[in-house]
Amino acid sequence: MQEVGSSANSANREFVAFRVGAQEFCIDIMGVREIRGWTPATPLPHAPAYVRGVINLRGAVLPIVDLAMRFGIGLTEPTARSVIIVVQVYQQVVGLLVDAVSDILTTSEASMQPTPDVASDLAKTFVKGVYAVEGRMISIVTLESVLPISAKAAA
Amino acid sequence: MTVDTMAAIRQTFFQECEEQLSEMELGLLSMDEGNTDSETVNAVFRAVHSIKGGAGAFKLTALVQFAHTFETALDYVRSGKLHPSADVMKAMLRAADVLADLVAASRDGKEIDESSYAGVAADVKALTTVEGEEEVEEVIEFQPTVIDFGLPDMAPEPTAAPVHEYRVGFTPRPELYLNGNETVLIVRELSRLGNAEVSCDASAVPGLDTIDPNGAYLSWNIKLSSEAPIEAVREVFEFVDGEAEISIEADGQSEVSDAAIAALLAQALGNASAGEPETAVTETNSEDHPQSAPAPTEVIASETAAVSPQATEAKAVAVQTQTTIRVEFDRVDRLINLVGELVINQAMLSQRVIEANFAGSSSVIIGLEELEQLTREIQESVMAIRAQPVKPLFQRMSRIVRELADTTGKQVRLKTDGEATEVDKTVVERLAEPLTHMIRNAVDHGIESPEERIAAGKSPEGNVRLSAAHRSGRIVIEISDDGAGINRPKVRASAIKKGLISPDAQLSDSDIDNLLFLPGFSTAATISNISGRGVGMDVVKRSILALGGRISISSRPGQGSTFSMSLPLTLAVLDGMAVSVAGQTLVVPLTAIVETLKPKKGEIHGIGADSRVMAIRNTFVPLIDVGTQMGFRDTPADPERSVAILVETGGGARNALLVDSIQDQRQVVIKSLEANYGTVAGIAAATILGDGRVALILDVDALVSGSLEEQIGGDVHYGTGG
Repeated sequence: MQEVGSSANSANREFVAFRVGAQEFCIDIMGVREIRGWTPATPLPHAPAYVRGVINLRGAVLPIVDLAMRFGIGLTEPTARSVIIVVQVYQQVVGLLVDAVSDILTTSEASMQPTPDVASDLAKTFVKGVYAVEGRMISIVTLESVLPISAKAAA
Repeated sequence: MTVDTMAAIRQTFFQECEEQLSEMELGLLSMDEGNTDSETVNAVFRAVHSIKGGAGAFKLTALVQFAHTFETALDYVRSGKLHPSADVMKAMLRAADVLADLVAASRDGKEIDESSYAGVAADVKALTTVEGEEEVEEVIEFQPTVIDFGLPDMAPEPTAAPVHEYRVGFTPRPELYLNGNETVLIVRELSRLGNAEVSCDASAVPGLDTIDPNGAYLSWNIKLSSEAPIEAVREVFEFVDGEAEISIEADGQSEVSDAAIAALLAQALGNASAGEPETAVTETNSEDHPQSAPAPTEVIASETAAVSPQATEAKAVAVQTQTTIRVEFDRVDRLINLVGELVINQAMLSQRVIEANFAGSSSVIIGLEELEQLTREIQESVMAIRAQPVKPLFQRMSRIVRELADTTGKQVRLKTDGEATEVDKTVVERLAEPLTHMIRNAVDHGIESPEERIAAGKSPEGNVRLSAAHRSGRIVIEISDDGAGINRPKVRASAIKKGLISPDAQLSDSDIDNLLFLPGFSTAATISNISGRGVGMDVVKRSILALGGRISISSRPGQGSTFSMSLPLTLAVLDGMAVSVAGQTLVVPLTAIVETLKPKKGEIHGIGADSRVMAIRNTFVPLIDVGTQMGFRDTPADPERSVAILVETGGGARNALLVDSIQDQRQVVIKSLEANYGTVAGIAAATILGDGRVALILDVDALVSGSLEEQIGGDVHYGTGG
């Protein structure tokens, strides 16, 4: 529902920053329902490789998207530090598997920089802009693009 | 009143109509069986009357008129002027059907062509004119006013009619003020109709020393020139009907007074003997407070009560039995979901406790057992909320039988049994279509014509029996007829002709009966518009299977056929077999499983590139390796170390599913995969296991057809490659 950067420019907004591989990303905190530890997922047949399967979220069946795989970085090896960020996009609730949550950023829309013009498909498809925070570069992920929509169509 | 409130009241009205219709039909059927005691007749009368009253408030003219005709006939029965003979009851039942149609049409905002039911209406009307008594037609006008929701849109549109001169006398009684009505509003409303000259008569006001502060002493005389008809003028006073003396004179002509209306009302209700119209009116209105917008049922009931003491008793009975509340289904579903989670949580907790190795006698274990029992009870109680009796469904069927008997010229009687049997609402809803089809079949194909029946030494009237019962946690519905039974030679010949079986196939009687369920099979030589609409028993079977049910058939030539369906009581849980495939737990719906087998050496044969079949008692069924099919592993499993589950699809095809091992049989709570993900080929839904993990429920039909497609796809691939 909360597309990053859709509202007022000047207002300060909060983002959840997380690590996928060696890179840092963030998503608008308004889209985050909860953050929970990794539990083994039940694999789904005929699912894209980045869909790790489904887990039980208090009685609801929650699909898990491996963000590293989604971004083409490679399959995540879940560890004790691995985290599932539960996000809601429109009516769909999905868990994003990431390596770790790093911090909560408070920043303004104005300080967002456009995505550097690189050849990577990842950047073009999933990143809508970047923030520079204490010498780090944090990419803002557009939630809609990471959802397993193709799976829906494939059915 | 806002549009929303209006819509809500309208919705309530139609909801109540459903109840009234069902009540009416039940009563009529009971009357048809000879129970013509006053309570039954009154119940039917009340139901029709309530519908009429409510319909009047919504200006559903066609409905009001028909209900009125019907009601009049019922009143004749009630007052003993008309004997409820078989013919009379037949007409009444047909009228009930028309009334139901009219209600449905009004609800959906459709128009029903009057000619379509004119015959029935005339028949019913004829019942009351036999005695040569005149019916007071104007009553229709007045009846609806009894229940008034105080809707602003009730006033008719001003027409281009000539200007009338009205002289209106309006003397409020103390009740008017007590009920919070305001004379100024009424006078203002009146002046909206046209040019009004209002004068107040304060002559009755006593001196200050004798004045009653709660009294009413003023009266008004209004000279109104308006194009509006007198009804419109009268409607202004609907709010305060009975709370004031109202006289309306139009163009010098005196209008019907309250008392006269009451007299007509009483007469129409078959109790003109009252002779005290004044009392009737007061009573009626003392119970009728339009401001509180009570449900139509109550108002009508109280009105009837004022006129007929018999009805009062009957009403008391009705009130006692109707201790229900309306709850939105969303809320119930939410509760069911929560309880489902509670059950899973409880199972998880138990498992953890066992893993933690508590001593068997410890109080923790005892507490857990109690908790388990409680949660199970809660689950059952919650499921019971969604459960509904099959009664309304069966009532619909009796209507279908009546209509069919009419069109086919056959004499059929439907007997129902176990109407109070309860099953999940969704099951009831989704049963309607297959059941209708089967009932049509029973009447159209099963029951013979009266001549044939007599020739066969049977009574000319055929019987169709519809029964429901609970049996070992499922609902069993049976439809049986005492007709000719399945014509097996004809079925067989037809199946051969359609290429469904080979001419030399060896088939047992039950095999032949089951041919009826094959897609593309229809016994009717000519397609009748009753049961041969291109949907056959295969569709029935498929919809029953989709509900997790099973259907079977038995037939004895000359004595009739019985279709028996067994269905789960709820769609929220499913009986399944938990199996292991490549380290994953999958659930196979129990309804699809025929048997489980341990493949032996030599029973599995390769066919084609990578297809295999399994020999089961000299027939070969395709073998589906669930592990590879689901993409859980790349290499096919070794059949001799696996278990084969023989399954039957909705189409009747048999396949063997190869799984690693069988865990157990259990009841699982069905969880949707679609909500957050989407549909997955070969998977029907998901469930949550005792350890909190998600397990997938196989969609056997899709799995089988998916495997077929893959093989065909493979062939094409090889073709282009070569």
